[in-house]
Amino acid sequence: MKTIKVYGPGCKRCAATEAMVKDAAAKLGIEVDVEKVTDAKSIAMAGVMSTPGLSVDGKLVHAGGLPDEAKLESWLKG
Amino acid sequence: MTTETHDISPKHGVPDWLWYVGVPVVGVVLYLLYGQLIPFSEWVTSLFPVARDSHTGEAIAFFFYDVPKVLLLLTGIVFVIGVLRSWFSPEKTRAILAGRHELWGYPMAAFLGVLTPFCSCSSVPLFIGFVSAGIPLGVTFSFLIAGPMVGPVGLGLLYGLVGWKVATIYLVFGFSIATVAGFVLGKMHLEKYLQDWVRELNAGPVGELAEERLRFVDRLKIGLEQVREIVGKVWIWVLVGIGIGAAIHGYVPEAMMLKIMGGEAWWSVPAAVVVGVPMYTNAAGVIPIVEALLGKGAALGTTLAFMMSVIALSLPEMVILKQVLTYRLIAIFIAVVSLGILATGFLFNFLL
Repeated sequence: MKTIKVYGPGCKRCAATEAMVKDAAAKLGIEVDVEKVTDAKSIAMAGVMSTPGLSVDGKLVHAGGLPDEAKLESWLKG
Repeated sequence: MTTETHDISPKHGVPDWLWYVGVPVVGVVLYLLYGQLIPFSEWVTSLFPVARDSHTGEAIAFFFYDVPKVLLLLTGIVFVIGVLRSWFSPEKTRAILAGRHELWGYPMAAFLGVLTPFCSCSSVPLFIGFVSAGIPLGVTFSFLIAGPMVGPVGLGLLYGLVGWKVATIYLVFGFSIATVAGFVLGKMHLEKYLQDWVRELNAGPVGELAEERLRFVDRLKIGLEQVREIVGKVWIWVLVGIGIGAAIHGYVPEAMMLKIMGGEAWWSVPAAVVVGVPMYTNAAGVIPIVEALLGKGAALGTTLAFMMSVIALSLPEMVILKQVLTYRLIAIFIAVVSLGILATGFLFNFLL
């Protein structure tokens, strides 16, 4: 079980990122717990400056724009 | 580097060479189309049952000349800027600006504000990220003012629609306002007017993110993605803006324009700012209006003031910033930037 956090104030791309994570996890058969972090303070505390940001098991892996699909899969696997 | 990136490249999709061939080819095609704009607009206008030199005919010709022109320009500019900006990121900018307390931190922040990609929806985390890394508040403001005010989209359109002189004036003064306003705000020691929780965060954490290695083809993809996203978002504003511009171009008499927005009417500059601040559109929507206003004899200073206040100060952005700034600080921020815009407007009306 991996814990994924999607950081973003709720813009369109943040929702898209969340959907991408779920799709990729389903495709790879990996169980994930996806949590959306929308509060500005928590986003900033995580060190995210451009949204959407993404962390896997507490490690920040991506910030700013939609993640690349192939990279997303490698983060989920890794 | 190639072996590394190979693993993560998707197997499907367009091969790299097609990008390197396709992008220049599309560029040439767009350029050729750009040359056909006048015949195209005249042809479309001739399809309407109105006289070409009537008010309606003028308005229609303006509309069908400007819509494809702006969309073509916008596509090209957004692509080039998208590729350029892929070399910049808020994280890198922060590393450059952190600890720059000396004077030239301000112009540098304004410069980086133009080149760093960020959308207004992430301006709060960005603001906090900057302030918590020890970047002075004034320098952060210079960055935040320059970003929207001297946006490359606006500059490119201004260059294409109004001409290089006005575009250069706008660039120089927009940049100066961002620098000076940031400096003034920095000297006012406003840290106490941040929201409490932001101040407590001062020694905050710095998220370390390994820099992504991008091949040139990845940058081209980023450029195209930007085109899809930005053009897909602003086209409606472009149509509305050009519609208003066309109406001004076709129907508003020059005498009336001179009276309201001419250089003689001193009050027109503050009026332009008062009207412009609450207006919410983006550069792509307002510049066709600017083009029509100037064409009808509106004074340059007044028009600049209008354009700057529409683009640089917007209510939705203030609502977002409310999360980190108190009302008092927002009011001071708006006042300082407005003063800069007013000064620019008066200066040009006085000089010309």
